[in-house]
Amino acid sequence: MLRYIVKRVILAIVTLFLTCFITFFAMNAVPGGPFNGEKAKSAAVLKVLNERYGLDKPVGVQFINYMKNMLHGDFGVSLKTGRDIAQTIQTRFAVSAKLGLMAVVVALVLGIVLGAVAALNRNKWPDHIIIFFVTLFTAMPSFVAASFLLLIFSIQLQWVPVWSTTDPSYVLPVIALSLSPMAYITRLTKTSMLDVLGQDYIRTAKAKGVSPVKVIFVHALRNALIPVITYVGPLTASILTGSLVVENIFTIGGLGSQFVDSITNRDYTMIMGVTIFLAVIMVAMNLVSDLLYKLVDPRIQLD
Amino acid sequence: MALNYDIPAPKKRKFSLQIDPSQFEKATDEEKRQQDVMANSTTFLKDGMRRLMKNPLAVMSMIILVLVILIMIFAPIVVPYGYDEILTVEGTRDKAAANMAPFQFSEREQEFMEKYNTQLFPHIMGTDELCRDYFIRVVYGTRVSFLVGVFASLMVLIIGTIYGAISGYLGGMTDLIMMRIVDIIYSLPDILIIILLAVVFKETMDFSSVPVIGKLGTNMVAMFIVFGLLYWVGMARLVRGEILMIKQNEYVLAAKSMGASSARIIRNHILPNCLSVIIITTAQQIPSAIFTESYLSFIGLGVALPMPSLGSLANAARSGMQSYPWKLVFPAVAIVLIVLAFNLIGDAMRDAFDPKLKN
Repeated sequence: MLRYIVKRVILAIVTLFLTCFITFFAMNAVPGGPFNGEKAKSAAVLKVLNERYGLDKPVGVQFINYMKNMLHGDFGVSLKTGRDIAQTIQTRFAVSAKLGLMAVVVALVLGIVLGAVAALNRNKWPDHIIIFFVTLFTAMPSFVAASFLLLIFSIQLQWVPVWSTTDPSYVLPVIALSLSPMAYITRLTKTSMLDVLGQDYIRTAKAKGVSPVKVIFVHALRNALIPVITYVGPLTASILTGSLVVENIFTIGGLGSQFVDSITNRDYTMIMGVTIFLAVIMVAMNLVSDLLYKLVDPRIQLD
Repeated sequence: MALNYDIPAPKKRKFSLQIDPSQFEKATDEEKRQQDVMANSTTFLKDGMRRLMKNPLAVMSMIILVLVILIMIFAPIVVPYGYDEILTVEGTRDKAAANMAPFQFSEREQEFMEKYNTQLFPHIMGTDELCRDYFIRVVYGTRVSFLVGVFASLMVLIIGTIYGAISGYLGGMTDLIMMRIVDIIYSLPDILIIILLAVVFKETMDFSSVPVIGKLGTNMVAMFIVFGLLYWVGMARLVRGEILMIKQNEYVLAAKSMGASSARIIRNHILPNCLSVIIITTAQQIPSAIFTESYLSFIGLGVALPMPSLGSLANAARSGMQSYPWKLVFPAVAIVLIVLAFNLIGDAMRDAFDPKLKN
């Protein structure tokens, strides 16, 4: 177990390092430095500026400096606004995290419930209806879902107000974000529930007279949920990437829309900072889900 | 001495398993025929296809895809408008033809039709904000999304299969190192890296002089490079796992003991057995590639203008969503339809070609 943990942690660190490496050198390949602004600066001024920020040093040294600063929580400043990136990420991420957490909860709860219902009613109408919608939602990119929700409920029917900072309405963005992971969790739960329901210990429990409710909740569902843990990592990634477009569509000022804005504005330091920040979250959640999986079910043999 | 065949039935003892022939009757001709081989021997592909054709959802999806492909091929020939052509009437620009509803004609087009008593080709999906026929743009967008999906999957197929096959067949230290590399690539946040590389390539590379690729733009090159660098790992893992499993089968041992060469074993025993996994994964990769392309196009890192893609059309339609909702609906429905069809076919293929995988 300890060996496995150590191995997974090392892998996560290597992954993160590689991500930073790719990010840094990719951004370095882009022509134009941070001081190529609208106003042309004289060569002397540029030289002083470059020296001041350590940009005259070789790229390798710059990379080490960047990594050092980042480990101290310093992502540098935005090329466009001059604001501190770490601070921007902090304030923007507060909004995104709230939205993302709500979406995670909705996706998990609905997905598990629907998956269990589908498995218990196999080949009956509730199963067919659930699987129909699940199939539809897996084929629907998050931006299509978000645009349609906005079009139908905010614009045509006017049931839900459009997002504003004073009166934030999380309903539609949360639905848009959680639809596709929910569909995936439903499928996963259904498959694993069907698998568990066919096991001997379920028959034993039924045979010795345990009530059906108890069989479903205590014996079946608890074991059926184990594979869902493996989806926690991909779920985080899916919701984070989904939030890039969903926040944009609903004009929510979170980290996702910040990222897309910085892409359109070519704000390279900001792109770098946000990429690394999001990568850390994704890699960390993958690590957590892998370790949890192993912890919850010792039968699982992972290499 | 003649043998006496007429032995009376031996006396049946209690608890004896001895059988009494007199209790049996001869099989009739009809019963004998049941032993005959009724079905012709079939190949793996035929058998799978037969099962696939029995799945109504798969057949429906295939019909939809064939229709989409036919429209993709023939619509640009039939429709007299170009995807980047601004509508003109009698040689001058028709400025009133912007954002028209489906099957609507502008005033000048109506005048033109009355004047010459002809019928212009209808704008099946209306027009966009720059007075271009929307139907042909959606058709071209579908073309782009479709081709990107298919080519990206083929790339994943080739790289992943070769890598996985080498790693699985060689085994040992080579396998260990190759799989560690896969582990690391697998855990990289792929969508972030695609976005990053798309941003960088947009600034540093210029493919505008290259045919086809030039029209699609550097972002698509970035996407393909990333697919080539990152997305094959899933395929490689699957193929490797499959090969490791097949390698241990008795028939491989039998082939080896009869002196078959490695090449023969790979060609005749291992590859045909991996085929189902490879085909299924490729089919499932297509919608995922289409998703990625439309996602990138939607955040402005997709195909280069004026070439449309379904994602960029949907993105452009957002600004006029309130007044011209159909401009969002058409490309969005197209994406959902194509991805749905591919998903259903992928699932059906999994069931048909590899019943072991069916849950």
